[in-house]
Amino acid sequence: MNLHNIIEEIEKTDPEVYERLDGRRHAIKKLTSFSGKVALAAVPMALASMFQKSYGQSGSQQILDVLNFALTLEYLESEFYVRGLAAAGLIADIDRPSFETISTHETEHVQLLRDTIMALGGMPVAKPNFDYTAGSGTMAGPFADVFTNYATYLAVSQTFEDTGVRAYKGQAANLISSNEILRAALRIHSVEARHAAHVREIRRRNGLLVPSGVLLQPWITLNQSGIGTPLVQPSYDGEELTNQAGVQVVGINGFAITAEDASEAFDEPLSKEQVISIVTPFFAM
Amino acid sequence: MPNVQSNEVDLVQNSVEAAMPRRKFLTYASLSAGALLFAASCKKETSQSPQLTSDIHSLGGGKDGGKAVVSLGSGDIGILNYAYALEQLEAAFYIRALQTPYAGISDKEMEYLSHVRDHEIAHREWFKNVLGDARIGGVIVNFSSINFDSRESVLGTAKALEDVGVSAYNGAGELLQSATYLLFAGKIVSVEARHAAALRDMLSYGSFADSTAVNSMGLDLYRTPAEVLAIASGFISTKIISNELPTS
Repeated sequence: MNLHNIIEEIEKTDPEVYERLDGRRHAIKKLTSFSGKVALAAVPMALASMFQKSYGQSGSQQILDVLNFALTLEYLESEFYVRGLAAAGLIADIDRPSFETISTHETEHVQLLRDTIMALGGMPVAKPNFDYTAGSGTMAGPFADVFTNYATYLAVSQTFEDTGVRAYKGQAANLISSNEILRAALRIHSVEARHAAHVREIRRRNGLLVPSGVLLQPWITLNQSGIGTPLVQPSYDGEELTNQAGVQVVGINGFAITAEDASEAFDEPLSKEQVISIVTPFFAM
Repeated sequence: MPNVQSNEVDLVQNSVEAAMPRRKFLTYASLSAGALLFAASCKKETSQSPQLTSDIHSLGGGKDGGKAVVSLGSGDIGILNYAYALEQLEAAFYIRALQTPYAGISDKEMEYLSHVRDHEIAHREWFKNVLGDARIGGVIVNFSSINFDSRESVLGTAKALEDVGVSAYNGAGELLQSATYLLFAGKIVSVEARHAAALRDMLSYGSFADSTAVNSMGLDLYRTPAEVLAIASGFISTKIISNELPTS
């Protein structure tokens, strides 16, 4: 099938076809519009996939890639909470309702992402096998006691949630062509931030912080993790940024804003590559 | 931090012209009836001392004194001004709340509220600098519905403001054309969500992401600018003109 002939045919009835294809935001918006779980018509998707061949990785494929990337992270989180809640004696009674809430949300995110990917004509990635000890499948990594030691479990939970926030933030721009999908991603992103804030609160209440006496708060101060192992540091590096879009926030306009405040006031994105590097030890190859 | 109370006097100096960008003012002035109405409302706003004392947030002087009317403008600038207006409200609220903290405030509550206040001031000033000459003036806040002596009133309002902030940014992202601005909105919204969770936990431990914030699909709050501004108008006496904002 000759794509150029197809476009020429369309051009006869739609002189603006090239403009439409290049006006990705507009064109893809129409193609990828979804509300809840409503599937797209098959015909425009087939057309869209043909057009992608001449335009490289265009909007809809890029969106599917982002959604599958997000789905992988949500699989990681959802199974982590299912297993944590199933581990006898692990989660403190007072925190059990909170982890049930978080677990429910992560499972809902998995479902929503799978449904959305399929509605867009894509194929959801399969759930990988995980190694929550961060041992790359050896089940004997630095977090070997993750399901028997609450402190370890909370540390991994905090890292997953803070990393999840950064991962979604880093992908938002790749979803700008679809209002509906961007909106859904942002609405997941802030849920992850609520989770992160609460897990930090639990860790503070339990006094499980490293180094001891560190002032862990619901927001991220500089690049501090409050976690003992340097393995998690890449999830926090970069959060110490205080210059935003060329504007130095420390002492801005004469206000007593410290470097700590300035770093806390803005969360930072991570690239897909950075996130993959961070979570790779949690995958059993 | 500058003396926030010194700004009251600057408000009085506002002329009708200073209340709006010149182009906007001329548009209004050309509509004689509208201009009269506008001048009248402006005079009314600037002559009420309770509102002057509540305008504790702006740096004062010229453009940044409290305004009777602001027009957010259009496109990405309009959305940034929308966020700037909300950050002004949030910052003003925490500054006021901590000027005379409610009785029995705990050390931890003071610690958290102080940080949240400083984050909101950082957001407000950042938007101000990024917007530069395109920024709206200071919005005049009206906290008459809040009992600052009451823990429940202060924390309840704080929680509501943070949840509204989250919903506002979640709704505004798709209205931005610039991927760069979208990223910065993302950098801020997750901090607002952390605030919301912390305040919810302060009021009712474990309510950080309950069903009043997160729906059965695992999605957080979302509101259009019109919905947010309708809520915010309960705390802002400045008339915020938003009819030029993008809708998709």
